[in-house]
Amino acid sequence: MSRRDLLVGTATSAAMTVAPFAAEAQTQARPRIVGLPSVVQVSFTVNGERRELELDTRTTLLDALREHLQMPGTKKGCDHGQCGACTVIVEGRRINSCLTLAVMHEGDSVTTIEGLGTADNLHPMQAAFVKHDSYQCGYCTPGQICSAVAVLHEIETGIPSLVSADLTAQPQPTVAELRERMSGNICRCGAYSNIMEAIGEVAGRQA
Amino acid sequence: MRPFTYERAQSPAQAAAAAARIEGAKFIAGGTNLLDLMKLQIETPTHLIDVNGLALDKIEATPEGGLRIGALVRNTDLAADPRVRRDYGILSRALLAGASGQLRNKATTAGNLLQRNRCPYFYDTNQPCNKRQPGSGCSAIGGFSRGHAVMGVSDACIAANPGDMAVAMRALDATVETVRPDGSGRQIPIAAFYLTPGDTPQRETVLESDELITAVTLPKPVGGRHVYHKVRDRASYAFALVSVGAIVQPDGSGRVAMGGIASKPWRIEAAEADLPRGAKAVAAQLLDGARTTDENAFKLRLAERTLASVLAEAKG
Repeated sequence: MSRRDLLVGTATSAAMTVAPFAAEAQTQARPRIVGLPSVVQVSFTVNGERRELELDTRTTLLDALREHLQMPGTKKGCDHGQCGACTVIVEGRRINSCLTLAVMHEGDSVTTIEGLGTADNLHPMQAAFVKHDSYQCGYCTPGQICSAVAVLHEIETGIPSLVSADLTAQPQPTVAELRERMSGNICRCGAYSNIMEAIGEVAGRQA
Repeated sequence: MRPFTYERAQSPAQAAAAAARIEGAKFIAGGTNLLDLMKLQIETPTHLIDVNGLALDKIEATPEGGLRIGALVRNTDLAADPRVRRDYGILSRALLAGASGQLRNKATTAGNLLQRNRCPYFYDTNQPCNKRQPGSGCSAIGGFSRGHAVMGVSDACIAANPGDMAVAMRALDATVETVRPDGSGRQIPIAAFYLTPGDTPQRETVLESDELITAVTLPKPVGGRHVYHKVRDRASYAFALVSVGAIVQPDGSGRVAMGGIASKPWRIEAAEADLPRGAKAVAAQLLDGARTTDENAFKLRLAERTLASVLAEAKG
């Protein structure tokens, strides 16, 4: 039995697992757990394009983007939610794509660095990162930029932060606020000061 | 990760029933802690029950004048809710002191209550750990223990509860609402929700494996000044060495809860009578019977000093 046959075989049983409360499934007393890979179908929108995938349940959103949709812009740093390199925007919110399963995003809308701008038509945040030299090796940059775009939206919508002195006031994009809000994105090259310059410029332009 | 099957829950009771029926099943909501642990094979569920589709993401006023927070309300949304910011500032502050913006966008109210500890030996599957593998021993006792608990510990485990939100929930006298497979539910006061390790450190709460948290309720606001200070090795995005949350009334009375120092959110109501006398008197009672190691004994003085700074801010 080849690996491919195994996956095809488990796909059939997995389809039942996704909707286990069909009458057929309810007659099973106690599903037998076989410990074999389970394959499920999932569809979501990435950068405006609807994508359908058949994935091992274990596939993270990050791996679905990079390995299955061939979109390597989103980076795998620590793969444990500690570095922020994998940050993408899902349903308008930044998240760590390494700490969420692709199958949990049925119907969702995902924006990656590839969807923010192109080489010919940069997103303002991308242009500001270039202008201010906000990177050295560039590996954390896609995550930094996705996070920064979402941070400005979070400030606009009035979400407070740890450094907001008055919890009930409208937060402002001060350096202290931006630094605190960007703390989930680590840069090993230490480009932080230039990252702040770039985000500050875009925030100023938006204000 | 070990292979697992997956389903989307249709209702809270159905989710609980699925957990009862399938050996090794676990609920998944935000997934930020569970998936991390699954990648390391510290958690090895055979089946995941995705509860994200359940309509448990609302914050509603209760007839008693409090709030009922749905289990799936994300940390970001709870911290930003205008009623929470106005009336339960300690909760907003504690939430915003935890994790990162990305993680708070995913992490849920119920999931955050259940986050596992951050003991390095719990994470290292090559080392003995009574919490991960009951009976195997505790590597932290006599090992690297700078971040570990000094209160509510045992010979089996000295791991600290890493939560921030839970500290605020403890100070606010929150209640955890659950549902069981038969549709019945429990209302568990937060004071009775967490267990100290004893000789069963693998059991961290009173929840059964097939019991699903549906909401956390807050009593009506108590007023006062709400302060939460978190002391850690870097200014943001790190777990607490010591954290102190307090609600202080104009007459100096109030409530205090601590994080980072104990196996569960740490509050001793009897100590609060001494709040008007200052931090030293209160800390002495909160930390009475502390069991320290050479590496974490500093937490006793740090806890007292952090409480002093919290009380000073609450006064000012």
